[in-house]
Order: sequence, then C-alpha cells, then structure tokens
Amino acid sequence: MERRIRVVMAKLGLDIHWRGVLLVSQFLKDAGMEVIYIGNKFPEQIVEAAIEEDADVVGVSTLSGNHLTLGPKVVELLKAQGMETVKVFMGGVIPPNHIPILKGKGIHEVFGPDTPMQTIIDGIKTAILGTDPPTG
Amino acid sequence: MKKTDRLIEAALAGDKLSIARMISLVERGDDQAGRILEKIYPQSGGAYYIGITGPPGAGKSTIVDRLIHLFCVNGYSVGVIAIDPSSPFTGGSLLGDRIRINRDAFKEDVFFRSMSAGRVMGGLSRTAKDASRILDACGKEIVIMETVGVGQSELDIAQATDTIMVVVVPESGDNIQTLKAGLMEIGDIFAVNKSDRAGAEDMASSIKAMLDLAPLKMDWHPSVFLTAATLNQGVDELYEGLWNHYRHLRKEDRLKLRRKNQLRSELVRKVDEIVFESLRDRMNRDENLDLLLEDIWSKKTDIYTAARNIADQWKAGASGKHGHTDEMS
Repeated sequence: MERRIRVVMAKLGLDIHWRGVLLVSQFLKDAGMEVIYIGNKFPEQIVEAAIEEDADVVGVSTLSGNHLTLGPKVVELLKAQGMETVKVFMGGVIPPNHIPILKGKGIHEVFGPDTPMQTIIDGIKTAILGTDPPTG
Repeated sequence: MKKTDRLIEAALAGDKLSIARMISLVERGDDQAGRILEKIYPQSGGAYYIGITGPPGAGKSTIVDRLIHLFCVNGYSVGVIAIDPSSPFTGGSLLGDRIRINRDAFKEDVFFRSMSAGRVMGGLSRTAKDASRILDACGKEIVIMETVGVGQSELDIAQATDTIMVVVVPESGDNIQTLKAGLMEIGDIFAVNKSDRAGAEDMASSIKAMLDLAPLKMDWHPSVFLTAATLNQGVDELYEGLWNHYRHLRKEDRLKLRRKNQLRSELVRKVDEIVFESLRDRMNRDENLDLLLEDIWSKKTDIYTAARNIADQWKAGASGKHGHTDEMS
C-alpha cells in the first residue's frame, strides 16, 4: 500500500506564534501526509512523540530565538534514541547566518517565512521517499 | 524473518521504538504483519480495553488525558490509540489528539499513538484492534481507543472494547437526539462533559430517560456522569465508573462472553478480507473484464448477472485449490 509520510509538527519550547505551524500542517495534510500536531513541546517531549508515532519527519517551528539551543537538541536526542533516520526540518524566523550552523548540527533543512509551500512539501518528499518530486 | 522476530522480542520486552515500528508495519499491511500478529496474539488478552467516542470537540482527548493520569497514579500502565479522520480526497490527515496530553511524570508507563482512520486496510476496526492488541501484549494494562463518533467508526470500536464511554456536551441536542440510533445505543458509560455550561443537567436527564427504556446489555444499567475535564471536575467519579463496569463484566463470565462474541465477528471479518482481497486481485488481472464492461454498457447483459457469474467462477476456482489462503495468515 502507498507509503504515507508521518510528520510530527511542534512549536519549539515556549513560543506563542502558532499560526505558521498550523498553516504548514494544513498544507502537508493536503499534500497527503499524516500530520501529528503536538503543540508547544520541548525537545524531550518532541522526541518522545516521534518515537511513539514512528515519525519519518519532525517539523519544529520557532520564532522566538531558541533555534540554536533547542533545535540541535532535537537532533541529538533522536540520535541517542536510535532514531537517526528521522529528518528534522525547521521553520520560522531564523537569521541567515545561523542556517549553516543549524545544518552543521544535523537540521535537514531550514525554511524562512517567504518559503513557497511547494518547496516545503517537495523538500520533505525528496528527503523521505528519496525521489525528486514530479515536475509540472 | 530473523529481523521480524528480533523486533517482536524487543517490543514484548517493552522497547517503545520497536512497539511503534510494529504498529506501523501492521497498519501499513506490510508483509511482516502476519508474523507479528501471530506472535502477539498468545501474549494478549490481559488488558482492560476501553473505547471512548463522541462528537468532535466534546472533550474526549482531555478526558483521556485525565484518565491516563488517574490510571498512572493508581499504578497502571496505559496504551492509547487515538483515531482521527483522514481526507477522502488526498488521504492526508491532521491528527491533533496528542496536543491535549500532558504526562511527563509517567511517560514510561504510557504509550500514545495517533492513527488516521482512512489509512487502514480492511477497516478501522481491524487496525485499531490489532494495534491495541500489540499494546496489550507489550505490557499495557489499560488500552484506550479514542475515536470521533460521527459515522460507523464508533461501532467498530464497540466491537473491540470491554467498555464504551460516550462523551457528549450540554449542546449535543434535545431528547430526540438521545433517541437516535448509533452513538447513544453503544454506551456503557456516558459523560456529559463541559458540565459547567448551561443545560448539562437536562442533557444528563434526557440520556437517563432514554436509557430507562432501552434494553439492557449484559444486565448493565449504563451510568451517566457530569464532568468538566479541563476543570478536573467529575473525573474521579468517571474513573470509578469505568472500574464499576469492569467489575460487573468480570462477574458471571460476562467479559468472556463479550470478548468471545467480538472474536466471532472478527474472525468472520478476517475471512471476508482474505476472500475480498483475493477476488479483487483476480478481477484486476482479468483481461476479459473490459469486454464484459462493454456488454454491460450496451445492455447485452446486466450488472447483477455479470457480478454473480464472476463470483460463481471464483467460487469454483477457489474450491479447487484449498489452502491457498495460507499465505495470508
């Protein structure tokens, strides 16, 4: 049967800006993914959810400046739990010079506020299904 | 097979990642699913299975959160399967039950899994039942299945649990709504949640009036509770109500009877599934199907006769090679 991508979506830590993450969640749902929205959670809880939900992808949204501290912690904890195949995507307001640092620490991709939705969808599909998205 | 057996062993020993993987494989209808379920079955049956259903927004997930807490405080380990609908158009889903769950203190004792209703092969009941059986076998003493009661899915859940709790709100309707078929017929326990709002007492009275006239199932008078889960009101009583029903079932072999009845329908459904899959495979491979469709379209034959002929041919073929269903088990 068709492989459905399971995505755990979270607001990283204490950050009330939830509109963006819900919008992205909705579009991922419309792209045929199974989105598990868990609300505001810290890295330990996010990883706990990723394990129990057998997630392919963890999406964290942050606009509060905690990306350099809490973001890489999600990647570390996933590794420690034997979930290194899970891809971590980050979205939100991230200073451009921080993106290489985050990627160096294992964040698969970082999407800023002006990212087209299709780029996010294709980025996830390519990372998980290993194929380039169909053109057109 | 070695790999599957190692996975099963780790899951039975309580490894969360292995439990999660097994549920995915079974949910997906993977080749390993059969072996997993065969190995799991003998280890299952010890848990108390609770179904929670009701209209969207009634507060089911919040009640589940409170119940998880109470079960854990009392020393029980809990598994939850929370089912949300999926899109009939894209197959996608947004599963949001987990957001209500706050349980850091007891996280080792709890396993919470979100499931999309449309994902499942062979119906919701099968996958939800299989997943809860996995949680049971892997050591969860309480298994909760939560589903939105808007169609027939709540009836599937009724076929998979020992106790059904129906959650409604004061605004769920007048006494006519309580008389309608479906949701209100399956409850062993009712919770009128958000009871801090107006009309809660009236709603509870309507349900009680309906229940007074309804036939008893297993000599049980369903109980009705007023709860306000976010305020943590009435939840202790609800928790006790669950155990009251469970104790009632344990008397006079009622639990055994209920589960055996469920097992009977499950067995029939499984055979249905196997036959259906085999028949559909055969039809998909049948090159004559297009020709037959032409005949039906041009009214040379009719769809009823054609369908019966196909089924008869299949029956004749199937009876000639007994045991070909072994591969499905």
